[in-house]
Amino acid sequence: MNILEASGLAKNFGGIKALNGVDLQVGVGELAGMIGPNGSGKTTVFNVITGIYRPDRGTVTLGGKRISGLPPHSISRLGIARTFQNIRLFRNLSAMDNVRAACHPDVRYGPISAVCRSEGFHAGEREIREKAMDLLSLFSLQDRRDDLARNLPYGDQRRLEIARALASEPDLLLLDEPAAGMNASEVGKLMEFILEIRTRYKLAILLIEHQMRLVMGICERIVVMDFGEVIARGTPREIRNDPRVIEAYLGKESKDGK
Amino acid sequence: MGMKALLGLARFMAPFAAAAAAGTVLSSAGAVNMYWVQIFQLACITAVSALGLNVIYGFTGLFSLGHAAFYGIGAYGAALLMKTGGGESQAFFLASLLAGGAGAALIAWLVGLSTLRLTSDYLGIATLGFGIIMKVVFDNADAFLPQLGGARGMTGIPKMTGVAWAVMFLGAFLFAARNLVHSSYGRALVAIREDEVAAGAAGIDTFRYKLAGFVVGCSFAGVAGGLYAHLYAFLHPSNFDFFKSVDVLMIVVLGGLGNMSGTLVASFGWIFLLEGLRVALPPDYIELRWVLIPVLLVVTMLRRPQGLFGIREFRFLRDASE
Amino acid sequence: MDYFLQQVVNGLQLGFVYALIALGYTMVYGIVRLINFAHGDVFMVGAFIGLYAIEGARLPLAAVFLLAICGCALLAVAMERIAYRPLRNAPRIASLITAIGVSLFLEYFTSLRQVFGPNFYPFPRPFAISAWEFRNFAITNIQAIIFTVTLCCLVLLQFVVRKTRLGRAMRAVSHDHVTAGLMGVNVDLTISVTFGLGAALAGVGGVLYGFAYPQVNTFMGVMPGLKAFTAAVLGGIGSIPGAVLGGLIMGQSETLTSAYLSSTYRDGIAFLILILVLLLRPTGILGTQRTEKV
Repeated sequence: MNILEASGLAKNFGGIKALNGVDLQVGVGELAGMIGPNGSGKTTVFNVITGIYRPDRGTVTLGGKRISGLPPHSISRLGIARTFQNIRLFRNLSAMDNVRAACHPDVRYGPISAVCRSEGFHAGEREIREKAMDLLSLFSLQDRRDDLARNLPYGDQRRLEIARALASEPDLLLLDEPAAGMNASEVGKLMEFILEIRTRYKLAILLIEHQMRLVMGICERIVVMDFGEVIARGTPREIRNDPRVIEAYLGKESKDGK
Repeated sequence: MGMKALLGLARFMAPFAAAAAAGTVLSSAGAVNMYWVQIFQLACITAVSALGLNVIYGFTGLFSLGHAAFYGIGAYGAALLMKTGGGESQAFFLASLLAGGAGAALIAWLVGLSTLRLTSDYLGIATLGFGIIMKVVFDNADAFLPQLGGARGMTGIPKMTGVAWAVMFLGAFLFAARNLVHSSYGRALVAIREDEVAAGAAGIDTFRYKLAGFVVGCSFAGVAGGLYAHLYAFLHPSNFDFFKSVDVLMIVVLGGLGNMSGTLVASFGWIFLLEGLRVALPPDYIELRWVLIPVLLVVTMLRRPQGLFGIREFRFLRDASE
Repeated sequence: MDYFLQQVVNGLQLGFVYALIALGYTMVYGIVRLINFAHGDVFMVGAFIGLYAIEGARLPLAAVFLLAICGCALLAVAMERIAYRPLRNAPRIASLITAIGVSLFLEYFTSLRQVFGPNFYPFPRPFAISAWEFRNFAITNIQAIIFTVTLCCLVLLQFVVRKTRLGRAMRAVSHDHVTAGLMGVNVDLTISVTFGLGAALAGVGGVLYGFAYPQVNTFMGVMPGLKAFTAAVLGGIGSIPGAVLGGLIMGQSETLTSAYLSSTYRDGIAFLILILVLLLRPTGILGTQRTEKV
């Protein structure tokens, strides 16, 4: 059963065909990866799925319900969360507030209650605070909860972004290059971590990555993109040996084998 | 509002009530120069308006250059109501002020619906344009409602604002602003300011919240305008021109964007500095104020571009929701 | 019909002056993303330089323009050096507030009796007004001067921007000042020259405005400045042809409103047009859509 189905996605920017007929599926609870050279359209796929761009053609459905054309906040509420390639934290907010902000859509009190400081407000705030603390602790960020996001070390920032994404209790989590800038041992820890949150939060995960060790190591299925199209899909083993994939990354082998 | 909440309100407002009482006694006893009492009230009123702009720009990140227009809408609205039907009734006065605020909120909602999709600088210029349009409306208002006075100014407004009203409203708006800011709603607004795309991805309906922040901030200005109208009992469209929008913007930036304590201090500082210089300078050189003040402004921006206050707030304005 | 055509000509007169001022706004915004609120006051200084050059020094016209150009350019370069350059890496609002401060300072400082003075002063006309009568309308010699001088300035500016190294540097810095610097462009110099160029045009505009509406005052730059900035946004901020187009539209709408409705509405109509345009084309008529890469 698929949680996400995208078919025939096309997106142009001016004259550039960023996406040229992309089909994609992610199964419930599946851990899938998306790889491809820079500029192949991977992040654009994310942006279309999450509603930041409207596709020129094609549809996206989540759990059978059509989400293409909906605004980003609606799509988020329906169960998709994401992180960004260049980390988009709320830089001048504390780590705690970054997560609490993402808890806002489920807030249990209204603005009037906030202004009046009613019992409902205090109860709601307690709930948000607990939820945020749980997430921060899981990501080992609880000691830095009052630090401003812009002052956090890079690795913590990446983890905070994932923690914030999980605050909305998504069914599908999109991770855009979560291992960027990490060394080998950090990548190893990240791999375990992704597997753990997948089980713990019962998520389907689709991730974009360039670090092959991570992709081949934990992804159950992989989709390969180049020039805005899907050029291959399959298990890590199938992908590893696919000539089209090798060509996309390394270039065509010339006749003389140079 | 439950018992605990009411106690919280009372605790917050107690010092304001005390100040209001003291101020009323002192001014009616003639112990303090009436001129300075008026200046003090003006400072309170300005602080309310500036607080509103801080909600809009400091907290939500919306660059509005037309704040004075909403101040004016509240002023003319409340004044018209009081002048035509209020007599000297305090209750009617309160209702007029709230009506003025509601009128400003309604216009803000309409303006926001049309302009809040624009990006920052364009939003600034659109709100600037709206401000100028409103000034033209105020200038020509007597064409459809002669009591509004138009370019000759509006007279016949009862002098209802007193120290008590000014101080209590300031306290009330500080209470409301603080509680809003230190709540999930405040965090949503700040998230939008920090990164609108990420806020949307986190499930926040950014347009709706921007509109809400704009409307709330403009309603502050509307009520402040009503208080202003009944302080000097005279309104002229030049009180609500682009320069006045710039004044309140400068106050908010000088105090520190997104800092309520800074807005409070900067408002009082600004008003008292302006008036203090008027008194301190020899009569021939009064206009030197406006040479000194911009110099002060530029120097402050060069030395401390983040404003006087950074993140820290006075204790009574901090997050006390634990 | 005759009346209408005459008003169109009058609107062109105003529109061209607005265009000159708008160019300065658009060039500075394009290069440093700053709304230079003090630009309208540079225009005012140009007018006063014109006043003193003609009345006090009795200089010939060419020298008057030259003096206004140099004086305004120097002023703008000084402003940039003292007040804006230190804030280039500070939050943008700081530069904006500083620009407002500089603007207020210029207005009030020059209004002191020891400087220009607080009153309205008549702007001298060193020649008699004459007009060329056409079938349906007339063009005064002042209007002819405005049209020719402005068009010359525009042609010169286009030449500088498109055909010179400086122009290329300006365009490069507008796109990406970091990379431009890495490529060997002297970013500071380019920015200073841009300020100077914009101010020079505003200075010319000030003198022309003085001829057309012969009354000057240290606050005369406020409304024209706002309108010229609006014109720049209307046409697409950062776009040079856009600034000219915007200026012409603002001038035309203002003149026609004054002529057919009432002069008290003219400011309002101009800004109403702006808001309508922004609703339909959020980046201005000729503006480029800046898509944010997510």
